Amino acid sequence: MKLLTLATQDKTCATVLMVLAAVTFIIPLCNLLTPADSPLHFSAYTVSLVGKYLTFALLGMSLDLVWGYCGILALGHGAFFALGGYAMGMYLMRQIGTRGVYGDPLLPDFMVFLNWKELPWYWFGFDNFGFAMLMVVLAPGALAFVFGWLAFRSRVTGVYLSIITQALTYALLLAFFRNEMGFGGNNGLTDFKDILGFNIQSENVRSVLFFLSGLALIIAFLLCRWITNTKLGRVVTAIRDQESRVRFLGYRVEMFKLWIFVFAAMLAGVAGALYVPQVGIINPSEFTPLNSLEIVVWVAMGGRGTLYGAIIGAVVVNFSKTVLTGLMPDAWLFILGGLFVVITVLLPDGIVGLMRRNIRSKQA
Amino acid sequence: MNSFAENLFDEDDKVKASNVVVEGKVDIRHGPILYMEDVSVSFDGFKALNKLSLFIDAGELRCMIGPNGAGKTTMMDVITGKTKPDTGSVFFGQTIDLLEMDEPAIAQAGICRKFQKPSVFDALSVFENLELALKTNKGAWKTLFFRLTGEQRDRIGEVMETVGLTALAHSRAGILSHGQKQWLEIGMLLMQEPKVMLVDEPIAGMTHQEIERTAELLLSLQGERSLVVVEHDMEFVRSIARKVTVLHEGSVLTEGTMDEVQNDPRVIQVYLGG
Repeated sequence: MKLLTLATQDKTCATVLMVLAAVTFIIPLCNLLTPADSPLHFSAYTVSLVGKYLTFALLGMSLDLVWGYCGILALGHGAFFALGGYAMGMYLMRQIGTRGVYGDPLLPDFMVFLNWKELPWYWFGFDNFGFAMLMVVLAPGALAFVFGWLAFRSRVTGVYLSIITQALTYALLLAFFRNEMGFGGNNGLTDFKDILGFNIQSENVRSVLFFLSGLALIIAFLLCRWITNTKLGRVVTAIRDQESRVRFLGYRVEMFKLWIFVFAAMLAGVAGALYVPQVGIINPSEFTPLNSLEIVVWVAMGGRGTLYGAIIGAVVVNFSKTVLTGLMPDAWLFILGGLFVVITVLLPDGIVGLMRRNIRSKQA
Repeated sequence: MNSFAENLFDEDDKVKASNVVVEGKVDIRHGPILYMEDVSVSFDGFKALNKLSLFIDAGELRCMIGPNGAGKTTMMDVITGKTKPDTGSVFFGQTIDLLEMDEPAIAQAGICRKFQKPSVFDALSVFENLELALKTNKGAWKTLFFRLTGEQRDRIGEVMETVGLTALAHSRAGILSHGQKQWLEIGMLLMQEPKVMLVDEPIAGMTHQEIERTAELLLSLQGERSLVVVEHDMEFVRSIARKVTVLHEGSVLTEGTMDEVQNDPRVIQVYLGG
């Protein structure tokens, strides 16, 4: 309740919430309640596409917390998203049961194929939905904690930190590619059947997943708003602007960075877990450093340090990506790079900055 | 035991009999609150501090002067934990070894610093800047769930009054003038309720009236707190100083009253170049 009052005090924030709520409710309802030929109908394709954008928006927002508010340019944020996705994927794999190609009741297909006789210890418990959901936040959180503890305590900052975050996600990419890791190698985890006993391919389940993605985004938005409005949020902003000064005020800067980094990693994990059942696959390509760079572009494009800027950026960039990769598949990376240059040079505050400037000039 | 120990330190007559070390308490039985002995710091062969020895008494207001590169800022860096010296020892009171502590620990122990370039948080309001500086538990979780008590709010109000920024409480610190930023940073120091304040060039960018008020403020703080003020403006130093230390090439050239110091031929030589 307090979160809501806080959010509605601010007009922009209230608008963002209304739009998010509208999308979250209307798209799945229109999909389920209207006939396929109605103009109000959203196809299953649209639902899963927009659902994917929502998880990207959540991912972008979590990076904004780290980068926009705390000033840590993390270029490996996709790793946490992928880990959350893998945790979800492991649950979905174990739900397949005997319906796999090899019909092994315990082992996923790829393990049978590799001639493994028993389930590796780290796959235990993933048949339990609750445990898997716990891992969705704990696995990325633990990695962020260990990594952040080492990096922030040794006061690694700036470009050096950015580079080692890239190295982190690249190392994970290589590790997950290996068949011996037990995560399905380069094929990853796919061919999912059920989630909580419901057919994952069915339109109802897809609509529910969409709804949950929207709901997660709304809750995360409120939570992030609250955090950035607490004293911790102000300390974090202060760290972004003058890190050493904050130390001389008696704050342990590394603990604050660690706190925000771990929290953001957990949010990214949730985003990954919602993404995987909607796209039906998780493989090591999610760890590619390029993916993490793209998240940075979303946030820069939308506008840093605003939370909703990251949402706008994630949706706009990914929508363009969907359209443009259809039209000119080879050009997308050049367009993405070009966009980043244009934004950095012309629009340092992103789309949100542009909108604010327009509003201000209209008022004046 | 605890209350006994506290009495021990508050009442001078009982102290003589004992040399109990009390964890986390500043032991100022011998007078000085800050000890620097034989401290040397070198950067790439350049000796920024050269066997500097300095004692600051509890409650004293000490002015430090010296030409550029004399080591004034490096000295503050060493005391606040930003720079670790190559040799020497730095103690807070008799018992607290500052060389074993990092910046936040030293700040929490009660040594606070105003920087040469005013360092306030531009994105935050005046009120929020002071709130961040407020002496309280500064752990991450405690900070997340922190709520100002009425008492703390009053305290921030008082400090804003003292530094003359009440009217600007909710303005972003970024829009303040240079002098106002200096005041805000002094205010942030006051919020931390330090035992020792290190004040680096407090009056740069201030008007005449502001300078006078700064002098009054600093003078009113001595006794309760110890202050070390670094300043180039001799007139200002004269107006506040009881005791002046002259630094030159990383060590103490001389100490004394302003008159003694100004008439010292070595000081004249250093300043005018011989």
